[in-house]
Amino acid sequence: MAAIAERAAIRTAARNQFLVPTLVMVVALAVAPFAGVYPVFIEKALCFALFACAFNLLLGFGGLLSFGHAMFLGTAGYVAAHAAKVWGVTPEIAILAGTAASAALGAVVGALAIRRQGIYFAMITLAIAQMMYFFYVQAPFTHGEDGIQAVPRGHLFGLIDLGDPLAMYYTVLVVFVAAFALIHRIIHSPFGQVLKSIRENEPRAISLGYDADRYKLLAFVLSATLAGLAGALKAIVFQLASLTDVYWTMSGEVVLMTLLGGMGTIFGPVVGAFVIVTLENYLAGFGEWVTIITGVIFVVCVLAFRRGIVGELAAWWARRR
Amino acid sequence: MQALFGQLLIGLINGAFYAMLSLGLAVIFGLLNIINFTHGAQYMMGAFCAWFLLNHGIGGLTLGYWPSLIIAPIVVGIVGIVIERTMLSRLYKLDHLYGLLLTFGLALIIQGLFRNEFGSSGMPYQIPSVLAGGINLGFMFLPIYRAWVIVASLVVCFATWFVIERTKLGSYLRAATENPALVQAFGINVPRMITLTFGFGVGLAALAGVMAAPIYQVNPLMGADLIIVVFAVVVIGGMGSIMGAILTGFGLGIIEGLTKYFWPEASSTVIFVIMVIVLLVRPAGLFGRER
Repeated sequence: MAAIAERAAIRTAARNQFLVPTLVMVVALAVAPFAGVYPVFIEKALCFALFACAFNLLLGFGGLLSFGHAMFLGTAGYVAAHAAKVWGVTPEIAILAGTAASAALGAVVGALAIRRQGIYFAMITLAIAQMMYFFYVQAPFTHGEDGIQAVPRGHLFGLIDLGDPLAMYYTVLVVFVAAFALIHRIIHSPFGQVLKSIRENEPRAISLGYDADRYKLLAFVLSATLAGLAGALKAIVFQLASLTDVYWTMSGEVVLMTLLGGMGTIFGPVVGAFVIVTLENYLAGFGEWVTIITGVIFVVCVLAFRRGIVGELAAWWARRR
Repeated sequence: MQALFGQLLIGLINGAFYAMLSLGLAVIFGLLNIINFTHGAQYMMGAFCAWFLLNHGIGGLTLGYWPSLIIAPIVVGIVGIVIERTMLSRLYKLDHLYGLLLTFGLALIIQGLFRNEFGSSGMPYQIPSVLAGGINLGFMFLPIYRAWVIVASLVVCFATWFVIERTKLGSYLRAATENPALVQAFGINVPRMITLTFGFGVGLAALAGVMAAPIYQVNPLMGADLIIVVFAVVVIGGMGSIMGAILTGFGLGIIEGLTKYFWPEASSTVIFVIMVIVLLVRPAGLFGRER
C-alpha cells in the first residue's frame, strides 16, 4: 500500500512540476497586453516558441537533429498566406491548409532523411531545405524576393475580426497553449516513451520489437506539422510570408533557441525563443553583430552550457533539495 | 556548341571546388567523426588571405598569387588547429552532433566578423599575369587560368589520395580511423595526428579559396551556400572513400554544368535532387559503407 501511495505521490509531484509553471506562464501571457507589453512582440515570440517546441520534440525526445526545419515553417507560411490572400479563405482554413502542407512535406522529407542517421540526417535535412529554398525563389506564387505581402488577417470562423490587436493576440495565445499541451501529452504518451528509448539505444528498442523507423517517421511528421502550425500562424500575424523563413539561417535559429533554452526539456524552447527574439529586437540596429552574437551563444552553449537555461535551473533545483 | 562547352567548363571548375572541399570534409570526418560546418568559412578565409596579401601585404611587402597558394592554407590551417585544440578536442567524448553545432556557431562568428569588416559586396582579385589570357581551341575559347585550376585541383586531389592510400603515414591515418585506441597502443601519437589532420583538411579548403579568388569575387559569404551543396555532394558520394569524394565532386560539377545548358531553372536544385535519388536507391552513398 505504502509503495502505491508513494508512486502516486511521485506522479502528482511530476504533474505539478508541469502544471504549476504552465499556469504561471499562461496567466502571465494572458495579462501581458494590459501590463504594457507590446502584443506583436509576444505574438512573434510565441510563434517562435511553438516552432522551437516542435523542433525540440524531434531533437530533444527523438534525438534527431534536423538542420532544415525552416522548410516547414516557410512552406506553411507560404501556403497559408496564399490561401488567405488569393483564395480569400477565413484565417482558420488558411492556417489549416498551411499546416497540412507542412505535414505532407514532413512525411516525404522524413521518409528520406531517416534512411541515414546522426550527422548524415542533419546534412540531408539541410540539403533538402536548401532545395526547397531554391524552389521558392523561382516559384511564381511566392513572388520571390518580395514575398507574399499584405496578407489579410480576415475574420476567424467568419465572426471574430483579427484586425483587432487583442483578438489576434488571444488567438495566438490559445493556439500556442493548445499546441504546447499537445506536445506535453505526446511526450508523456506511450509513443513518447518509446521515442525516448529509441533515442537512448536504438538497437535495443528494435530488439524489444519496436519498429524504430516508424516511430522516427511519426515523430518527424508531428514535428513538421507543429512547425508548420507556427509558420502559418506567423504568416497571418505578420501578414507576410517571405524567403527569410525558408533560408538555412532560420533552421539554425531554431536549433539555437532549443539549445539555449535546454533541449529535451519541455519549457526550454519557450525560454530560448523569448530570449533570442528579445535579443534580436534590441540588436536589430547593429547589423552583423546579431550574427556574431548568435554564433557566440552557439559556441558557449556547446562548450559550457549543454543543458541550456531550463536544464541548468532544473539541475540546480535538484541539487538544492 | 560554344555555350555547351562553356557551361561544361564552368561545371568542371565548380566540380574541382566540390572535390577539394568534400575531400577535406571526408578526411576530417574519417578521423574526428565530426562534420566541419566551418569549412565554407575557411574556404572564404583562404580567398581573403590571398586578397589581403595582394592588396595590403605584410609590413609593406605585398605578395601575389603564387606565395598566397602556400601562405593562405598555412595561416588558415593554423587557425583551424587552434580551433581544434581549444574547442573541438573537448567534444570528442560527446555526441558527434555537438561538433556540428559548435562549428556552425564558429562559421556564423567568422562570416559575421568578415562582413562587419569588409561589407558584403565582392572584391575582385587579379588573375596572375602568367595565367592571364586564353587559348582558342577551335570549338571553344579556353581561359588559361581556368585550365590551371582544373589541372591543379586534380593534382592536389590525387596527391592527397596517394598520401592516404599508398604511404606509411596514410596507413597510420587509415588505421586510426578504424581503431584509434589500438593505434595509440602501438605508440603513435593519435591526438597530434587528429590535430594535424584537421589542420590539413582546413588548409585544403583555404587552398580552394585562393584558387577560387580570381574566378569568383572575394566575398564574406562566398562559402556559406557552397558548403550546403558540398554537404549534398558528401551524402551522394558517401564519406568512406577518398577516391569517391574526388569522383563525386567532379561528376556532380559536370552534371550541374550540363543542367545549366539544357534546363537552366533546375541548375540550382539538380544536385539536391540527385541526393534524394541516391538516398532512395543506395542510402549509404555511391562509394560509402554503412558504419
